Amino acid sequence: MYPDDLKYSKEHEWVRMNGNIAEIGVTVFAQESLGDVVFVDLPDVGRDVAQFAKFGEIESVKAVSDLFSPVGGKIVEVNAAATDSPEVVNEEPYGTGWLIKVELADASQLHDLMDSATYQATLE
Amino acid sequence: MLSDESQDQILKKTVLHSTHVESNAKMVSFGGWDMPVQYANGIIAEINAVRNVAGIFDVSHMGRLEFEGEGAESFLSTFLSANLPVLKIGRGKYNFICNEDGGIIDDAMVYRTDDQSFLLVINAGNAEVDMEWINPLIAKSTGFSMNVVTNETAMIAIQGPKAVEIIDGLSNGEASNIRRFRIGSATVAGISATLARTGYTGEDGFEVIVSADQGKKLWNVLREAGAIESGLGARDVLRLEAGLPLHGNDLSTEINPFEAGFGRFAYFEAPNSIAGAALKRLSETEASRALVGFKMIGRGIPRSGLNIHEYNLGNVDESNLIGVVTSGTHSPTLDGGIGMGYVEQKHSATGTKIIIDVRGRPVEAEIVDMPFYKRS
Repeated sequence: MYPDDLKYSKEHEWVRMNGNIAEIGVTVFAQESLGDVVFVDLPDVGRDVAQFAKFGEIESVKAVSDLFSPVGGKIVEVNAAATDSPEVVNEEPYGTGWLIKVELADASQLHDLMDSATYQATLE
Repeated sequence: MLSDESQDQILKKTVLHSTHVESNAKMVSFGGWDMPVQYANGIIAEINAVRNVAGIFDVSHMGRLEFEGEGAESFLSTFLSANLPVLKIGRGKYNFICNEDGGIIDDAMVYRTDDQSFLLVINAGNAEVDMEWINPLIAKSTGFSMNVVTNETAMIAIQGPKAVEIIDGLSNGEASNIRRFRIGSATVAGISATLARTGYTGEDGFEVIVSADQGKKLWNVLREAGAIESGLGARDVLRLEAGLPLHGNDLSTEINPFEAGFGRFAYFEAPNSIAGAALKRLSETEASRALVGFKMIGRGIPRSGLNIHEYNLGNVDESNLIGVVTSGTHSPTLDGGIGMGYVEQKHSATGTKIIIDVRGRPVEAEIVDMPFYKRS
């Protein structure tokens, strides 16, 4: 449910590092709490996002939630599959349901995030 | 990303509450009750079940009042906007409880169950306000008794293309003798039941009232017969797709039946009607605003409270503000954003392009005729 190779934010987003590129999505807890995801609004590639700043919106049938970036940097890729077929966020939140990729500005920001065990403890 | 709403209020529970919890339903506060918003398979699966097969909803939280006696019809005419003298035995009518200004306190279904007997079904969230309105009137009237049966009965709605077939199968075909908008009695799976062929989804089906101690049995029998348990989340989308208003969203005391487009359900000629004079006057004047349905053209989901602007290619600001969204959602049936809202009368024609201000993002939409969905 909460892979060990990811870092987690208290806003229920995850980060997967590949070199200095941070892949970002929402956790299983987030997608289950939201219910059926029907709309994802993501920013344009090339924009900068600050750590913990809003980068988009995610909507279920019932409600709207803001998406916050666990790390800051330049947005280098957004997942068209998530905007075209929002159900992928429910189906594979750590896989095809990823949201954005950010070129990490400051690696020390990763220290502000939680490992899997710490994140899971916050859910109890 | 998510926030919890604190709930200080002590919530009421229907007789099916533990059944919902056992089914792992997500429970939410609604109108003072702890109710299932969705079950394990999610809102979209429930919506599809209702549109294609049959869904069941626990609507036991809705207020149920029985009136009986020679004075019942006259008493109900003081506060309901239905022409009761012409309502025949076994028939139901959608109508309003309006104040002296014609503002809508609640919308309701009234059924004549016998010559001098009526059933009134009101919204759960308005039950208290309705009673505060009705109780002083009781003191001024005679010749009837009122019995609130909300707690001693359970009410389950079964809705969908297979709903009537399912109830028929459990009642030796008795149920389908009750036609649309009528009410009758039948034995369903051995349980004595009152069946109203009405609902809030745009599908055919029944609202089944049984004694409270039979509620769980009926629910389980209907599940075993193939009906899918469905929650308030699905119900809200289904009613919006069907163009049905929700009091608290699309109707309120600040709105009268004529601007909501429901003037045909606002009979005002009962001589003792409290709202009669106001409703008559409102029926003769053109309202400044109108309730319209709209479909999103651009990417975005409309939500209650978002502003509606005149279609233009410039800025979205106060100068071109023409209305407000009162209900909105993503419609799985239509695969897009749909909503209802009030706009200035002169901007309310079908086909008019409008702009919905989706939290700072202007998104194009178009006014369309309701219902959005009509069963085939």
